[in-house]
Amino acid sequence: MRGFILKYFDLIRVLLSISIGLTLAFIIMFLVSDNPLLSIRSLLIGPLASRSRLSFIFETATPLIFCGLAASIPFQAKQFWVGAEGALYFGGTLGTAFALLTRFPSGLHHFLLLAFVFIVGMFVGLIPALLKTRLKINEFVTSLMFNFILYYSGLYIINFHFRDQAAGYLVSNAIPKTVLLAQFIPRTRIHLGIIFALIAAFLVYIFLFHTKWGYEIRMVGANLSFAKYGGINVKRVILYSIVLGGALAAMGGMIEVMGIHGRFNWQASPGYGWNGIMAAIIAGNHPLLIIVTSLFISYLITGAQIVNLVTDIPAEMVTVIQAIIILLVTSQAFLEFWRHRLIVKEAAKDGSSS
Amino acid sequence: MEAVLKSIFSIGFVFTILRVTTPLLYASIGVAISNQSGTVNIALEGIMLFSAFIGVLVSALTKNLIISFLIGSLAGISFALLLGYFSMKLKANIILSGIALNMLASGLTVFLLYLASGDKGVSSSLNSLAFPVVHIPLIKELPYIGKALSGHNLLTYLSFLSVIIFYILIYKTPIGLRIRAVGQNPNAASSVGISVFKTKMLALALSGFFGALGGLYLSMGYVTWFGRDMVAGRGFIAIAASTIGGHKPIGVLLASILFGLTNALAIYFKSLRVPSEFIELIPYLATIVFLVFYSLRTKEDK
Repeated sequence: MRGFILKYFDLIRVLLSISIGLTLAFIIMFLVSDNPLLSIRSLLIGPLASRSRLSFIFETATPLIFCGLAASIPFQAKQFWVGAEGALYFGGTLGTAFALLTRFPSGLHHFLLLAFVFIVGMFVGLIPALLKTRLKINEFVTSLMFNFILYYSGLYIINFHFRDQAAGYLVSNAIPKTVLLAQFIPRTRIHLGIIFALIAAFLVYIFLFHTKWGYEIRMVGANLSFAKYGGINVKRVILYSIVLGGALAAMGGMIEVMGIHGRFNWQASPGYGWNGIMAAIIAGNHPLLIIVTSLFISYLITGAQIVNLVTDIPAEMVTVIQAIIILLVTSQAFLEFWRHRLIVKEAAKDGSSS
Repeated sequence: MEAVLKSIFSIGFVFTILRVTTPLLYASIGVAISNQSGTVNIALEGIMLFSAFIGVLVSALTKNLIISFLIGSLAGISFALLLGYFSMKLKANIILSGIALNMLASGLTVFLLYLASGDKGVSSSLNSLAFPVVHIPLIKELPYIGKALSGHNLLTYLSFLSVIIFYILIYKTPIGLRIRAVGQNPNAASSVGISVFKTKMLALALSGFFGALGGLYLSMGYVTWFGRDMVAGRGFIAIAASTIGGHKPIGVLLASILFGLTNALAIYFKSLRVPSEFIELIPYLATIVFLVFYSLRTKEDK
């Protein structure tokens, strides 16, 4: 038993953090809700209660997986680039512009559009990356500033150049049918984007764990001095880790536009970037686990929105739960005393038996 | 354009600069104090937001400014101590716990705002108070500058006073000496019996206090309501301002005024026929431009 716990200690720690976060949520619901049992049931079982809700989990997980992957690559190199939110938004805007301005047959149009958005995202990542490698300006602050800059720039582009004048609120014109992604499960909005997201997660996994570039990224993150000593070009690693992050987040934004709405309709930044970052942190920046954590966060978001609908508790509760989970998951010393005791007991047992 | 230029070279413009510099100045002092002890207070954005909300909530409930001030500051201090506890005692990466705390503030304030007022956007239905506007008797009478310097919010005057408090605290008190010692060389400091953990926590508490003042000013002075995510990146801009100011009192003051000046310009440009989106992004773009200039200059010095 002790050996089992020690082997899967990290996983147990994450699961325990999640349980604590959820328990806190239940306590909050008992304190503030008029009908706490209904609230708890809505949060936990609500997302499974109907086809459309179940579908919503997978729809929302799609951009989260992209943004989670986008965060995981720089995070693996311990580069705290948090620009996924801005990259997603700007990828969506410029992609919408490209889709509206070009005419190609379907298929080719998809490919060119996604290639274009990928390049846009690379540039979005390139600026803070260059500021870091050339001028040693902290990527955390600059990527945060760029989130605001890209949001307002994107808003301007849609508002002044591609706005649907007939609609009563700020949305772009509908993008041509040649770039839409098929919704392939009847009576849901689950679209091909989820397949792309799964492929992307697999590719990022191969990239990080089975290529030289990925090895260099993880080396820089694990021990910067050692990486330098070993002859790794650290600046180049920082550069391409952030550039790839920007590209993936931008793709996530445009795929959402192509799969769900068929037009750009984010008057406010949708928050997928931040939720993706949360998914990456809980997954320990492992690409395949990001699929699981994105689905989990998406499940929570769905549940919280149902709670918001049927009871008196606002959906923002989910942000509070997430923040608490992140605080615990990132605390390396959390439960360390327990692990220490287990190791000591295990060692004592080994000593006496031999 | 001419009208804008005319209004920029006016007394009202100076007044606006002081008004918009206030929250940045508090936040920058907050960042600078924690930096003196060797910690970057990444959670300052969340601290400001949380205090801004608690101030509004408490003032609506108690109708007492002093109690609101005290509880609002305590809210900021406890938030800052959470960052210290998680990053130092529980060995979490400080940036990741900072991100989590900022999210916590963003979600928790909207959550509580909805429970208190039934609205997720602004707190206008809560009858909250504001800190008083002060007319300084003699200065008010002075030609030209009287109008620019008098009639500000109490917290605006306190923010400029805080620069002096910051200076005295860091350079003229034993606490300040300890904070600087820990920041410059934690091992040396701990070898002469200074507790690194306690000193850093103290610096973070002070940092949280000044951050809280910035937040309180935003919701109870600059405007008289709390709005969702109303801090709008000021906590992060302050990290840039404090860096450019070298984390020292005069530098931080000048850098904050520089950022305040840009924000004031942006406000005045609103009367031009420029899309408002471009005006809105000026403070963030300016932050990056200033950081680039600062970095280029320090590079040349080496």
